[in-house]
Amino acid sequence: MSWGQQAVIELFWPNDTGTKRVNTRPNNKLNSGMPGQLRIITGIAAIVLFAGATAAFAAAWQPQIAAMAPPRPDTFDPDIVKRGRDLAAIGNCNTCHTVHGGGNYAGGLPVPTPFGTIFSSNITPDAETGIGSWPEEAFVRAMRAGVSRDGRHLYPTFPYDHFTNVSDADDRALYAFLMTRQPVHASPPANQLTFPLNYRPLIAGWKLLYLRSGDVSADAAKGAEWNRGAYLVEGLAHCGACHTPRNALGAERVNAQFSGGDVDNWHAYALNDTSHAPVRWSADALYAYLRHGWQADHGTARGPMAEVVGNLATVADSDVRAIAVYMADVSAAPAPDRKSPTDAVAQSASTDATQANAAGAAIYAAACASCHEGGRALPYGGVNLALSTAIAGPDPRNLLNIVLSGVGAVAGERSPIMPGFAASIDDAQMVALANYLRSKFGKRQPWNDLDKAVRDARAVQATSLAAGDATAESSQRGKP
Amino acid sequence: MMTLKVNGRDHQVDADPDTPLLYVLRNDLALNAAKFGCGLGQCGSCTVIVDGKAVLSCVTPLLLVEGKQVTTLEGLGTVAAPAPIQRAFMEEQAAQCGYCTAGMMMRAQALLMRNPKPSDARIRAEFEPHLCRCGTHMRILHAVHRAARLMDTADAASDKSVR
Repeated sequence: MSWGQQAVIELFWPNDTGTKRVNTRPNNKLNSGMPGQLRIITGIAAIVLFAGATAAFAAAWQPQIAAMAPPRPDTFDPDIVKRGRDLAAIGNCNTCHTVHGGGNYAGGLPVPTPFGTIFSSNITPDAETGIGSWPEEAFVRAMRAGVSRDGRHLYPTFPYDHFTNVSDADDRALYAFLMTRQPVHASPPANQLTFPLNYRPLIAGWKLLYLRSGDVSADAAKGAEWNRGAYLVEGLAHCGACHTPRNALGAERVNAQFSGGDVDNWHAYALNDTSHAPVRWSADALYAYLRHGWQADHGTARGPMAEVVGNLATVADSDVRAIAVYMADVSAAPAPDRKSPTDAVAQSASTDATQANAAGAAIYAAACASCHEGGRALPYGGVNLALSTAIAGPDPRNLLNIVLSGVGAVAGERSPIMPGFAASIDDAQMVALANYLRSKFGKRQPWNDLDKAVRDARAVQATSLAAGDATAESSQRGKP
Repeated sequence: MMTLKVNGRDHQVDADPDTPLLYVLRNDLALNAAKFGCGLGQCGSCTVIVDGKAVLSCVTPLLLVEGKQVTTLEGLGTVAAPAPIQRAFMEEQAAQCGYCTAGMMMRAQALLMRNPKPSDARIRAEFEPHLCRCGTHMRILHAVHRAARLMDTADAASDKSVR
């Protein structure tokens, strides 16, 4: 980061702990000084402003790259195309760039952000509405600098802040893969952003503050597998895009990396040493989870993570293992309250939560226990809830989503399934059940404002159902 | 003793609150349309309607349905006067062994009350919790579409009986 960027951040941006930097110098300097001094200061201010405006223009303006006729698919090396396919799966590209029921990679998915709704773009090789007329150079610039072929800045919903780390060879393979897909003529709906956020040159300022190039460097002490994992996780796989919290301008908070974030009304768990998983993740457990979508000591991937696991299904074992090895290392030393699976289960048996919350206990015993305490391991039985991160974690949304909507079957896989209870459980019963699970299995203080969380989760579930009724196919992401 | 409202009538039921609704319907009230399939909420054959929504009665304890309106297939129509959904299933011959059929019909009924003109994709998504080992799926799809057309003609709609 340049001195200028650092200065801009320190002047205008609250630091990560949320405390505002305050200028404590007396502000009467201009008034008390002599007229000559005032002129000098005004002159300096004018020069600084002019230089700033010039720099901003220089940063904001990006040249157009000339369009070309879409290349014929057979001009690409099939081996490189195949590698691009695996990389696109690791990058989870289709999750955002494909709407269920729409053309593959044809875009149009609404991505809700705190700033408005942004629709994903068409990345099929259609010349008019996709990237068919993009030379490879334009594709690489979009990945590295977040700039469209025509020179427009792209919103950082497209996680180019991670893709700066993708190698030239991998960008080339991704390009080859995308340019050999079926072209689909489809333009995404217009973004729903209010002024001034709909003014794209502003994104240049965001990039000055937050876009860093090549922040992953190899660590010779760690071995090839770890380094491969670091390259994938910090780059193309962009795990931090969901699992790292964001600041007020929507950028990942670098000093809180992997401490948990939000995506589509789900909580993306902390993956670092602040993880609330009752049992510590090992590389082997993570590998099994990423490979199969469930792991007996932790539970089942669902919501947006189920899509990630689904995409990884075609990826080589070696890359999935590399991701697991690196992430297990990131999760570092276990927090003091971590247990072995047997300890966690044994401890949950010895409480009096039942007496404190008879309604919740009765619902659990009647509706949940037959699977979750049936003694059958995943994927054929339910996970013992003493092992559940959803219940031990700080955010109730994942538990509520899963109880309301259940876990759908995965075609062609042996995977856990669970019926949804939205139709039979009312809000008060849901609150009672969640409170009971939290105290009995989570061994933690009740969640704050659970009533509201239940109402919100219910509203999301109902909206998703209504959207499904209104359209031929659900276009909602994160349908469990 | 608790009061259970089924097919528009109140029943006094002597059962623990954690008893699955399915057991009470079949064993205490002799309403045998809803079937026991897997007992784990994974096959759909026990589906009934509670307050207008399809519910898996094998994983629904009594305590969750207290004060709510339960409708079983018996509440939709009779042999002499079948409901549109029953007529549609018969006309499309949408059953082979028939074990899943009552659950399928209840799911279809709940869907059509909410969405009178569901798309094919919507019906497929809605029926995801239901298994049919005979492979009657295409006929079931046709039957749901036929039921939607039948219900569209005002007189044929018997969904008023579902609460």
